[in-house]
Amino acid sequence: MAYKIAVLGERESVLAYKTLGFEVREAEEEETGAKELHALAKEGFAVIYITEQLACRVESEIAKYKDSPLPAIILIPGKTGSLGIGMKNVHAAVERAVGADILA
Amino acid sequence: MGMINVNPTRMELKRLKTRLTTARRGHKLLKDKRDEMMKRFLDIVRENLELRREVEKALVLANRGFAVASAVMSSEVLEQSLMFPTKTVELEVSYKNIMSVDVPEFSFAESDGQTIYPYGYAMTSGELDDAVDGLSRLMPKLLRLAETEKSAQLLAQEIEKTRRRVNALEYVMIPDLADKIKEITMKLDENERGNLTRLMKVKDMMIKEQFEKSENAV
Repeated sequence: MAYKIAVLGERESVLAYKTLGFEVREAEEEETGAKELHALAKEGFAVIYITEQLACRVESEIAKYKDSPLPAIILIPGKTGSLGIGMKNVHAAVERAVGADILA
Repeated sequence: MGMINVNPTRMELKRLKTRLTTARRGHKLLKDKRDEMMKRFLDIVRENLELRREVEKALVLANRGFAVASAVMSSEVLEQSLMFPTKTVELEVSYKNIMSVDVPEFSFAESDGQTIYPYGYAMTSGELDDAVDGLSRLMPKLLRLAETEKSAQLLAQEIEKTRRRVNALEYVMIPDLADKIKEITMKLDENERGNLTRLMKVKDMMIKEQFEKSENAV
């Protein structure tokens, strides 16, 4: 089965991903962001890239998909640059597995 | 600690002993699983960190180019230029089994457009070209990032679970079973001794009775 890739975030951050053939959805607010996120997951997108700026507002919604194999929700830096949340999440995974962040 | 009521019978003892050996074997296996998973996990996470660093740097760069382009061009033109992409991308998902954890593997197929630029060059700025070019070159890495990051998350969850199980076996179940077994053996031994004393006492009494009988006869 063929899956698709989506990008979710603020308009200026995500517009460029259209050229890659990704499905682009715009959302700025917490409410629309969460709605779009769940919609994308339901529509069978395997990978959803979401800008950190939006991700920090819908953190709890993203956490719901953490333990299921699909979709993979991956944070990317938005137009205002990296907030370091994506990195933080990787370290959080290490802490979860090992008990202490040994790669810090 | 495990002074819960247990039936001090041989059958119970036998049952507990089998459970203890099973628990010990399970503990050893789970510990091995945890160690191996940890090894794989650390490899994946290292790659993940490396990729993330790379991708974030490149994306920030692409975003910057894009921001410049949107400053030079009017937003309508920019939007029009990007409205119809030349390619579509399709993702194939297969699953790889890492220590009984199913992690997704992505491979993508792009429909081949002749060019990655969905616009003519007349109305757009050079910065936009750079941004688009940078993004399209980043594509495989973006997907690999998705793959490793998801794998890391899934593995982390499984490791956490396994670690809990190992600890529960090591610090609760095995000592508990060992305690119960000890309790039963001690009770059984005690019964055995009680029985022996009783028998000796009875024998004494019988000898005494016999002795008195023979004395009376004389």
